[in-house]
Amino acid sequence: MRKIKEFIIEKLILICGIASIFFVVLIFLFLLKEGLSVFNIVSPFNFLFGKSWYPISEPPQLGILPLILGSLLVTLGAAIISIPIGVGCAVYIAEVAPGKIKEILKAGIELLAAIPSVVLGFIGMVTLVPLVKNIFHLPTGLTALSGSIMLAFMAMPTIVSIAEDALYSIPKTYKEGALALGATHWQTIWRVMLPAASSGILAAIMLGIGRVIGETMAVMMITGNAAVIPQSILAPVRTLTATIAAEMGEAVVGSEHYFALFAVGIVLFFISFIINVTADLFLHKKQ
Amino acid sequence: MKRNSHRAQNIAFFFLLMATLLIVVPVGLIVVIIIQKGLPAINWQFLSDVPRQGMRAGGIFPAIIGTIYLVTGAIVFALPIGLLAAIYLSEYSKDNPLNRIIKLAIINLAGVPSVVYGLFGLALFVIFFKFGASILSGSLTLGIMILPIVITTSREALESVPQSFREVSLSLGASKWQTIRNIVLPNAIPGILTGTILGLGRAAGETAPILFTVAAFYLPQLPKSIFDQAMALPYHLYVISTQVPNVDEKIRYGTAFVLLALVLFMNLVAIIIRTKFRKKKKW
Amino acid sequence: MVIFDIKNLNIWFDSTQALKNVTMQVLPHEILSIIGPSNSGKTTFLRILNRLNDLNARFKMNGDVWFNGQDIKKVDVELLRRKVGMVFALPLPLPLSIFDNVAYGMKMAGVNSRKRLAQVVENALKQAYLWEEVKDRLGESAFKLSGGQQQRLCIARTLAVEPDVILFDEPCSGLDPISTAKVEDAMVKLKEKYTIVLVTNNVKQAARVGDRTAFFLSGELIELDKTEKIFTVPQDKRTDGYIRGKFG
Repeated sequence: MRKIKEFIIEKLILICGIASIFFVVLIFLFLLKEGLSVFNIVSPFNFLFGKSWYPISEPPQLGILPLILGSLLVTLGAAIISIPIGVGCAVYIAEVAPGKIKEILKAGIELLAAIPSVVLGFIGMVTLVPLVKNIFHLPTGLTALSGSIMLAFMAMPTIVSIAEDALYSIPKTYKEGALALGATHWQTIWRVMLPAASSGILAAIMLGIGRVIGETMAVMMITGNAAVIPQSILAPVRTLTATIAAEMGEAVVGSEHYFALFAVGIVLFFISFIINVTADLFLHKKQ
Repeated sequence: MKRNSHRAQNIAFFFLLMATLLIVVPVGLIVVIIIQKGLPAINWQFLSDVPRQGMRAGGIFPAIIGTIYLVTGAIVFALPIGLLAAIYLSEYSKDNPLNRIIKLAIINLAGVPSVVYGLFGLALFVIFFKFGASILSGSLTLGIMILPIVITTSREALESVPQSFREVSLSLGASKWQTIRNIVLPNAIPGILTGTILGLGRAAGETAPILFTVAAFYLPQLPKSIFDQAMALPYHLYVISTQVPNVDEKIRYGTAFVLLALVLFMNLVAIIIRTKFRKKKKW
Repeated sequence: MVIFDIKNLNIWFDSTQALKNVTMQVLPHEILSIIGPSNSGKTTFLRILNRLNDLNARFKMNGDVWFNGQDIKKVDVELLRRKVGMVFALPLPLPLSIFDNVAYGMKMAGVNSRKRLAQVVENALKQAYLWEEVKDRLGESAFKLSGGQQQRLCIARTLAVEPDVILFDEPCSGLDPISTAKVEDAMVKLKEKYTIVLVTNNVKQAARVGDRTAFFLSGELIELDKTEKIFTVPQDKRTDGYIRGKFG
């Protein structure tokens, strides 16, 4: 009797064990199921590289190049801001900060990670957006730049915590060896620790960027959402994610617009898949 | 030479400190601003009344309740599956290709953009299963989204139970499941609880996955069943910040405050459990 | 009659061979001591007898191990482990109360009667000479006991399952001389009811309590004989060298 019960439980455990695979496949299949139909109307090439996105005009123009460029521009800006600051902060926490302050800083980073994206978007709207508008004398502060700054902020917890882990997991002997040779603490960090942790730091950066590309609410609230090919970082842009979030509510189920938004989802799924698999490779190279 | 390198170090450390402050100070400011401007808006009426006058007055009660329903539904779904999956990974899986694929799947599940979860929930639960835009659809979508958090933290908790306990239990004639049930699980509960609460916090704050699966723009009444739509705090904040003109700032900040307080409270509880557990560790 | 009959046993962990062609027997109501330097395969050998090596994914074996005339690969592993108890190198109480530690094996075997469990726990603790020290605080956490008490608790816990054989894996390595003497006393008394296999790093301990002694070196069984013989007229130079403390 007990044996039968345990047999059933263990089978249940196995099923749940592979549930993650099941869900990833399920997500992919349902995106394909709903999204592939768009390619009856527009070729994959014209979909990815078409310059205009007018999904409800007649006939609809379904080129997502403006959205891809919007995402790229905002992501690039966020990366330029967040990588040096994030890695610098990770080094400070891992190597420089004294014990008690280290714990406070780590708690601060965790706090940032916990703040919902819609709250950050709201705060960005009421503080950052007017600031950008006034500094650059723009008609609106809802720009790619505002989005980049806000997203850089949201990428920080990922970059800092993973990079800090990478630094932390370097064998102590590396550091002690360099210090024993008379190098200063900073020289040791710069010449020994950072190179030794490089693959982990690279993974941290990639996952941070992954977070940025997938971020939806904050970016939708502060980038202005103009679906045109961006001319400047001070102009409004619209990202892939924001397009889905903003338009799916109005798209008629089964319409071309609906299919196209799912196809955008497929693109996002692929991007995040590639980023996560590569980052994972980097993380495991370390060991 | 020596002096130069020390000066270089001082300059470098100064910049590292600046980088750190550039992150930490704004975090503090955000929290302070929301408390300072949001707290005055909080009173019993705000928390217990329905939104009125096109959300320009009244309270946020239905949004609070909606979020509680969604979060409960998500965890009811994610905890059993996530815990059993963690048990599989920690206790049963061997170092083989299947195990590697599972780990990769979990990483990818954690990395899928939240709005893509929204699409998925729309396609699978709302349309394919015909649940409609409902608490059920939204909860399941959120549940799948937080599954990686529950699995990863539970697995860490299970793996932190010393291997020797398992050997002792097995050596006394206990079966593998008896060992897990009586020895491994009870000692991993604090860690599992931490993961569960972190998952709850994440589910409570997410907007994109519920946009098309459950969230109601304006629904000044409480949902009656899991097949009803519901308001939710994060979506409500989004709506009154961007979709409705002329909403009193107080209401926006008040809503942001309640959402932030809810999420941070859950995180705080998780952190407290974690630290208490570490101090009390018996081995 | 033979308790364990081991024939041509080879063990690998991945490609590393841990035991090489071991053939030997364990006889009823004896204390069989196993000595040898570290990494000579003693503990690996011990963990064959209750199939604890099965937990290691890299473990492979060939050869035969018979327990009471049955192939251990074919018997129910939980039943085998109940018949062949084990006391580990370090005191390893489970994170439970003293009572629940001792009652654990019986509970898992399906004994639920509170009265019966109390009887079993008392008997086991008495046999391990711990009853007097703990009878008033059975509900306390086992971690509150001293190291020596914890190890005797572990012995009691093993006895409570009513095994035929008890495997001791360097049971005194973490204990002071007085606690060690108590554990050794217990072993000698236990021999009347049980068969004991004792792995030890302490050659003198083998000489004190062992009826027969086996010497392992680099995964090979070098010599197995009556303890007096091993310690007075060893047949193999390497045994002699080890006993005299020339290596290991």
